[in-house]
Amino acid sequence: MIKLKRKLADAGLLGINRRNARYTSKYNSRHRYPLVDDKLRTKTLALKAGIAVPELYGVIGTEYEARRLAQHVHSRPDFVIKPSRGSGGSGILVISGRSKEMYRRVDGVLMSQGEVEYHLFNVISGLYSLGGQPDKALIEYCVKFDPVFEAISYQGVPDIRVIVFLGVPVMGMVRLPTHMSGGKANLHQGAIGAGIDIASGATLKAVWRNAIVSEHPDTGHPVTGVIIPNWEKLLKIAAQCNELTGLGYIGVDQVLDKDRGPLILEMNARPGLNIQLANQTGLLPRLQLVERHQQDLLSIEDRIAFARKHFAA
Amino acid sequence: MTPKQPVFLALALICIGLGVFLYKAFVLDFPLVAEVRSDIWHIEAHLSFVSGNKPIKVSMNIPRNSRRFAIVDENFISKGYGVNVVTEGGTRKVHWSIRSAKGAQNLYYRASVRRMDRDIPQKIPEGLPPEKPDLQGAYREASEALVAEAREQSADMDGIVIALLLRLNNPQPDENVVLLLGKKDSDQKKVDLCVQLLALAGIHARSVHGIRLEDPKRNSTIRHWLEIYDQKQWAAYDPATAKRGIPDDYLVWWRGMEPLVDSQGTKNFSATISVARSEEPAIQAALEMGEMKKQILLDYSLFSLPVETQSVYRVIMLLPVGVFLLVVLRNVIGIRTFGTFMPVLIALAFRETQLPWGIFLFTTIVALGLVIRLYLAHLKLLVVPRLAAILVIVIFLMAVFSILTHKLGLERGLSVALFPMVILTMTIERMSIVWEELGALDTLKQGAWSLVAAVLAYLVMAIRYIEYLVFVFPELLLILLAGMILLGRYSGFRLLELPRFKALVKLESND
Repeated sequence: MIKLKRKLADAGLLGINRRNARYTSKYNSRHRYPLVDDKLRTKTLALKAGIAVPELYGVIGTEYEARRLAQHVHSRPDFVIKPSRGSGGSGILVISGRSKEMYRRVDGVLMSQGEVEYHLFNVISGLYSLGGQPDKALIEYCVKFDPVFEAISYQGVPDIRVIVFLGVPVMGMVRLPTHMSGGKANLHQGAIGAGIDIASGATLKAVWRNAIVSEHPDTGHPVTGVIIPNWEKLLKIAAQCNELTGLGYIGVDQVLDKDRGPLILEMNARPGLNIQLANQTGLLPRLQLVERHQQDLLSIEDRIAFARKHFAA
Repeated sequence: MTPKQPVFLALALICIGLGVFLYKAFVLDFPLVAEVRSDIWHIEAHLSFVSGNKPIKVSMNIPRNSRRFAIVDENFISKGYGVNVVTEGGTRKVHWSIRSAKGAQNLYYRASVRRMDRDIPQKIPEGLPPEKPDLQGAYREASEALVAEAREQSADMDGIVIALLLRLNNPQPDENVVLLLGKKDSDQKKVDLCVQLLALAGIHARSVHGIRLEDPKRNSTIRHWLEIYDQKQWAAYDPATAKRGIPDDYLVWWRGMEPLVDSQGTKNFSATISVARSEEPAIQAALEMGEMKKQILLDYSLFSLPVETQSVYRVIMLLPVGVFLLVVLRNVIGIRTFGTFMPVLIALAFRETQLPWGIFLFTTIVALGLVIRLYLAHLKLLVVPRLAAILVIVIFLMAVFSILTHKLGLERGLSVALFPMVILTMTIERMSIVWEELGALDTLKQGAWSLVAAVLAYLVMAIRYIEYLVFVFPELLLILLAGMILLGRYSGFRLLELPRFKALVKLESND
């Protein structure tokens, strides 16, 4: 055990205690958390800065409005319901199609009007929100992901997480939904996380349920060596989020839409640590390097160049 | 905030906590172990008489705090009588008085005393020789003859006292002794006579009256002792054996020639003294002794609260211990539990139910609640009403449990009522959400960890010694607080992170 601990420390593993004590509590001031904890505010903020986000169809804040969901979605076949203040991807309902009065969930299960309303009720009453406070449900555009991910994701939408520290993208991974994750891009629920080479935007090895894999368990296609399109732009948007939110240590989640390009899904002021497994390397040395050079890293271009130079796989 | 600040704060807290703890333990003599017990004696003087239909005045000598005994509690029971306690010239007296009373009367003096060893300066007689007793004729001659004989046969003061006492106790007393003691001699008479004779010889002496606290007795006899002032201190002599010294268990009631009780307007007077003994935890003794030292620390300790409140605090003071354990489990070990403090509250309930029953009741109720909650999911209820519904169901489950186990004669089952219902409800709700989102396996895993944390918290909080320590020395909690502050800045790995990230190094070493 002690040997393992030393090995992990040598690998530069960032533990949750250190993340909280040395990074999030130091670089993320509390009063800015609502900017990222509330997806509605994140969206407005991003739009103001000219960053693309999935189009918002409507916001539902009361049970009364929930019964009028149809007014928000009109005849749109697909849409996503998200709790505005949800955490860890919980409470997200992806509707991929309609069948008469029914809604088709992304896994193919048909949901009645009442079942969707019930989900909205749960969202509104704060079931999925941090601290259980009353919440709003966001109804938004359902992303059509870039064909590059077609072969390596099962239902759901793969998203690209980039850890941004002091404006420098320090680590990235793409999260691929699996059958086990129920179409959700959440590692806890069984999605695959593939590390990304910051320099080239190519995927590295992937981690699935704490094990290293190189193929998607459902599709069998290799998940390693996939070049993520628009990588430069993705990095730029992520790096921008530092100024946008005033938070020093964040995880920026983006999706690649086949028509609209990179869209910001959400940001996280306490991003998870699994990204280290996906990249097979620890975050700590990278964070320390950025900390040492923070005076020289002012413009976004400098920061991205710095990241590409130092954080190549 | 500097990075060192939490460390300084923690160090300061540790210093304060440890300082107060050591001061209480070693200066105020708070016992570090609860089991030590000390004796406390309850003495009662019962005066009974018949009213002579005149104003009644009764005065009785009562004990004072001495070097050997401390009076920790004292009261006077006398219906309708005016009570007045007077301390004068080294004696304490209680005066009871009433203008008119009819029939049989009872007066009680009750005191609780505890043995101890203290340095109380003794009352030193003035430099003048004692007053010569006023004796006339034959008595005077007999006295002087006795003193002269005793003086002749001894070399020092001690010798004179022994010689006199031996003469007074001689089974075939000489004429002088017979004359002075009269026909009915008693220890008291002998002591009083001895005091007079010694005064004649220019020696300060006094008679001492008291009881021995050996065994509980309904009717204790008053023992008399002789004290002489020799070489700057009072020395005691047993009047019957002429031996120097006084037994350790001798409680001095009063000194001087006066009788125990003086009464006016009474008939058929009788006084009995009874003695009872009880044991109490040494902490009580330390507290009462501390009170005599007038420690402000004690006036503001948990012991100054009413007894029922104290027993509540006995439990409350344990909470920080359990919570600290939880901090370690979560932030150092890295286990996940349902609800931050839920395991500690469940552990408190375990204290009442005992462990096996507690685990059984907890798992059964949570499991049944979870089944019902998963059914409720189909009804599509709003969150708050649904939580309320689960709370009601939990209460019903608990009631059914109590009734069933009571019918079966398993009284332990009744203690289910001590489970925190709201916490159970929240646990069930959280479990069902985790169930829906992450599946049954994760739910059971987290549930099991919660239970393990609760059991560990219970095992720690059930240690009687810890309960005793934090209640008697609440300042120890400051040390726990310091530990929590330090753990709040702990940035090392959590134990369970090691296996979780194991894949990170395994592959690396292969590369």
